[in-house]
Amino acid sequence: MYSQGLIGADGRTDETPEFLEAFQQRIDAEDKIEPNDAMPEGYRRTLVRQIGQHAHSEIVGMLPEGNWITRAPSLRRKAALLAKVQDEGGHGLYLYSAAETLGVSREQMTEELHSGKAKYSSIFNYPTLSWADIGTIGWLVDGAAIMNQIPLCRCSFGPYARAMIRVCKEESFHQRQGYEIIMTLAQGTDAQKEMAQDSLNRWWWPALMMFGPHDGDSEHSDQSMKWKIKRFTNDELRQKFIDATVPQAEYLGLKIPDPELKWNEEKGGYDHGEIDWNEFWSVVKGNGRMNRDRIKARRAAWDNGAWVREAATAHAEKRRARKMAAE
Amino acid sequence: MVNTTPLWEVFIRPRNGLAHKHVGSLHAADEVMALQAARDVYTRRGEGNSVWVVPSAAVTASDPDQAGENFEPTGEKIYRHPTFYEIPEEVGNM
Amino acid sequence: MAVYNALLELADDHLVLGHRISEWCGHAPMLEEDLAMPNMALDLIGTSRTLYERAGQLEGKGQSEDDLAYLRGERDYRNCLLVERPNEDFAHTMLRQLYFAAFMHPYWVAAQQSSDEVVQGVAGKAQKEMAYHIRHAGEWVIRLGDGTEESAARMRDAVEALSIYVDELFDSSLAAQEAEAAGVLPSRADMRAEWDKTIAQVFDEALLAFPEVPFAQSGGREGLHDEGLGHMLAEMQSVYRAHPGARW
Repeated sequence: MYSQGLIGADGRTDETPEFLEAFQQRIDAEDKIEPNDAMPEGYRRTLVRQIGQHAHSEIVGMLPEGNWITRAPSLRRKAALLAKVQDEGGHGLYLYSAAETLGVSREQMTEELHSGKAKYSSIFNYPTLSWADIGTIGWLVDGAAIMNQIPLCRCSFGPYARAMIRVCKEESFHQRQGYEIIMTLAQGTDAQKEMAQDSLNRWWWPALMMFGPHDGDSEHSDQSMKWKIKRFTNDELRQKFIDATVPQAEYLGLKIPDPELKWNEEKGGYDHGEIDWNEFWSVVKGNGRMNRDRIKARRAAWDNGAWVREAATAHAEKRRARKMAAE
Repeated sequence: MVNTTPLWEVFIRPRNGLAHKHVGSLHAADEVMALQAARDVYTRRGEGNSVWVVPSAAVTASDPDQAGENFEPTGEKIYRHPTFYEIPEEVGNM
Repeated sequence: MAVYNALLELADDHLVLGHRISEWCGHAPMLEEDLAMPNMALDLIGTSRTLYERAGQLEGKGQSEDDLAYLRGERDYRNCLLVERPNEDFAHTMLRQLYFAAFMHPYWVAAQQSSDEVVQGVAGKAQKEMAYHIRHAGEWVIRLGDGTEESAARMRDAVEALSIYVDELFDSSLAAQEAEAAGVLPSRADMRAEWDKTIAQVFDEALLAFPEVPFAQSGGREGLHDEGLGHMLAEMQSVYRAHPGARW
């Protein structure tokens, strides 16, 4: 899954112009930056924040889909969903590891998620209310994620790019899985069709919001583009997503809930209605339907697991001591 | 103080005949759990038939500031490469 | 019909336990375990699917794996009680897994001699999976048993709570006895020695003792379950049952 257009990144740096210039030359030459290389503090800070947000999104993203593992309506779907949610956990793990190369620990990042200091993709603050939502999440949310993640495979920071290559490889089944679910519903009973349409109605706009604010309103977007942490602007990616998705919805006979959606021959893409940015910012600021529940669930998992982690550490120390005594 | 679990680097051999290759890292309290976690995290799609885990703290890395002195002097020693030597075509492949 | 019922017992064991473990997904004590537990759940669910399908074929009434999984109520489920026990905490979950896998591993090894080709096939795959489950759950039982005071106390609680369900693993229902006599399935009672050995090895390192069990619980094979299974099935079957005949 995906961390939306970076929220509130701070790319300021205090380095000398010569240093920054030399760094920029490396970036322009498509040289990858590796963890131990000298880098502007702002570059490091931006990456820690972006990779952290991305990792948190994967982890929190396990919850809305996990909500349906126990109710999946066939054993085949159950296995696929379980494997998919497991993948999200794996992606979170790869991403935390990439951020850790920059000197921030997973525990630190976890605490920032739990305290509300760190953000994650606002899409996961919407509830999953029917089985169709599992299909829609795979189709739209993972579809939007792929739009974003493919360019990230060429990100200037080596560990992030490598993690993304792995993520993209694994993620390729997610969107297909989702589309297949929705397609089955769209070709099913009236109740199933209705379920599919209702789900698309609820997820369409939040999915568009995943790409982040308009380019003009996106702070620090320019700097991220210049550093090649980001390769396309929010609006460019959003447009690509809409253009790719509309025909897929048409194929299913589902209606995209945007009366202003219209093909624009001149630009070779769809025009669309305006996103409700009040809703977007409100969810980002923690006032979405599920914000509190998501963090509460993550915190509970962490707190309830504390004794397990402590036991593992205590046992490891005992093993070490016994080994030393035996030598 | 946050309790931190040690970090491990994971290496996987895709199949016999190939070298183990670094694939990523993970957290585990000890080597046995690290090995199991590596299996569960990094081999879910048949990625390999052998796993190594190494404590990240055990890795000694060269200093990027010394990259110039470490790796550039070799650049001009082109006589180490076969194309440096001219052999007439009639001699054939060598 | 006996073989059909015996295969359902086995399939139900695997599905119910797989479902229980899947309830952890996204809530594990650490991210690495959020990857490890679904692997175990997927192994179990995978095995249940093959067994349901085979049972449906032998029955010959056209029941699919999903019909068998989603349309039978709690009195029709034939799983043993151990697998339906709630997750409680990580200690319970890992011990339940160890107890089950320590039984299933030798069972599948023996089932490779089955007269039924499908059972043979499952056995070859499942015995490897169970060997890993024993290792993974076993290592955790050791760490929790010999970890901190709290983890040791929780581990002892789990042993206390789950050991009364162990004997049922080794009891063969009438259907199972027929399937065993026909050479389709191995005898459950034969697995006891191997199970005792596996558990003794782990408990020795985990500083745990297997308790005296004055009264073992059983009844799962007759559909006499604990109260939790009905809730589990109600949840699991809700979507499927709300749309009779729909495809998913």
